[in-house]
Amino acid sequence: MDGIHDLGGMSGFGAVEVERDEPVFHQRWEARAYGLNLLGLRVLRAYNAHEYRHSVERMDPLHYLAAPYYERWFTGVATLLVEKGVVALADLEARAGGRFPLSRPAASVRPADAPPREHARFAAGDAVVVRDIHPLGHTRVPRFVRGKRGVVVHIAPRFVFPDVAGHGLHAHREHTYHVEFQAEELWTDAAGNRESVIVDLCESYLEALP
Amino acid sequence: MSDSRHPVPPAPIAERVRALEEALSAKRLVPDGFLDEAAARAERDLSPRNGARVVARAWVDPRYRARLLADGIAACEELGFHAANERYIVVLENTPTLHNVIVCTQCSCTAWSVLGLPPDWYKSPEYRARVVREPRALLREMGLDLPPNVAIRVWDTSAETRYLVLPLRPAGTEGWSEEQLATIVSREAMIGVARVEVPPGR
Repeated sequence: MDGIHDLGGMSGFGAVEVERDEPVFHQRWEARAYGLNLLGLRVLRAYNAHEYRHSVERMDPLHYLAAPYYERWFTGVATLLVEKGVVALADLEARAGGRFPLSRPAASVRPADAPPREHARFAAGDAVVVRDIHPLGHTRVPRFVRGKRGVVVHIAPRFVFPDVAGHGLHAHREHTYHVEFQAEELWTDAAGNRESVIVDLCESYLEALP
Repeated sequence: MSDSRHPVPPAPIAERVRALEEALSAKRLVPDGFLDEAAARAERDLSPRNGARVVARAWVDPRYRARLLADGIAACEELGFHAANERYIVVLENTPTLHNVIVCTQCSCTAWSVLGLPPDWYKSPEYRARVVREPRALLREMGLDLPPNVAIRVWDTSAETRYLVLPLRPAGTEGWSEEQLATIVSREAMIGVARVEVPPGR
């Protein structure tokens, strides 16, 4: 989905504030929220990590930007546990004593799974172009590289295809590629600045550059 | 959430988290001590001090450095560092003319075993939006002023690969022990927004 989570390259954001000697958790609820996701993933096995990411992506955009990290994390967990029928929203609202915002429902899409491919399609040094796709469901191809040309610098092992696994469906594994994009390819004002971005992209997101 | 479309504000986040924990506990779905132990393990075992030991070992042991660059996850495991959700780690070696910096633009993925759970600044919309668009300017703002001849590579953690930056060993640390070296390697340096520097007086 073309969601608010896909922040790379957006303009208008201000300074990055680094907190000295930052604690792992600032407040107790953050630590509890952290543990509740591990519970959902590893003990209850109610969802997988791709579904979790997609659940956070589905938050109302205004809520997403205003919420601190562990509130986003928690909203993704609570949404999935309600959607999977583990807990009921009315019960959560009653216990919390107020409104309990969840993420919006997933798009009713059935992403097509691809047949598994035995060998990596691309090699280091290959020129590739990123498919200009806009799926309504989960995807891990950032907007800022769609349609852009890059060069494969490294082949990573095969992993589960997120666009399918993010909907709780059985997904094939495919190689991901570290693809380097020169800044001048991504941004119009970046000629000769000796900057590049490397994005870890699934084979299905890429086409050979003719 | 401040949202003008909702006249009723949400319950406070701490109350919502407590409500979910209670609802799950009422169904006996939370094993005794699980949440306490998960948080304690995060605070104890997932730490940038682990990554600092990896970096220091790589600085003093060329054969370990070669293993680290060839197979990051095996070399981290060699020192006892592993997280259940990590399957592939690539180590990015800085040189005098190439600087590496890590981000996750779409969420906040990081190598928990060696960098710890990521800090707030790494998870902020500001960092995620800006570091791919204007890395040199942002790093300068954050206190790392790289000369124009140093190329910058920004690595977006968009799939399962997790990254660790191997910073340059600072001058003036000749003869230091591995343990001494580990004390000056910061998480910020292993993400790539700072140099490793010798503190004044050392």
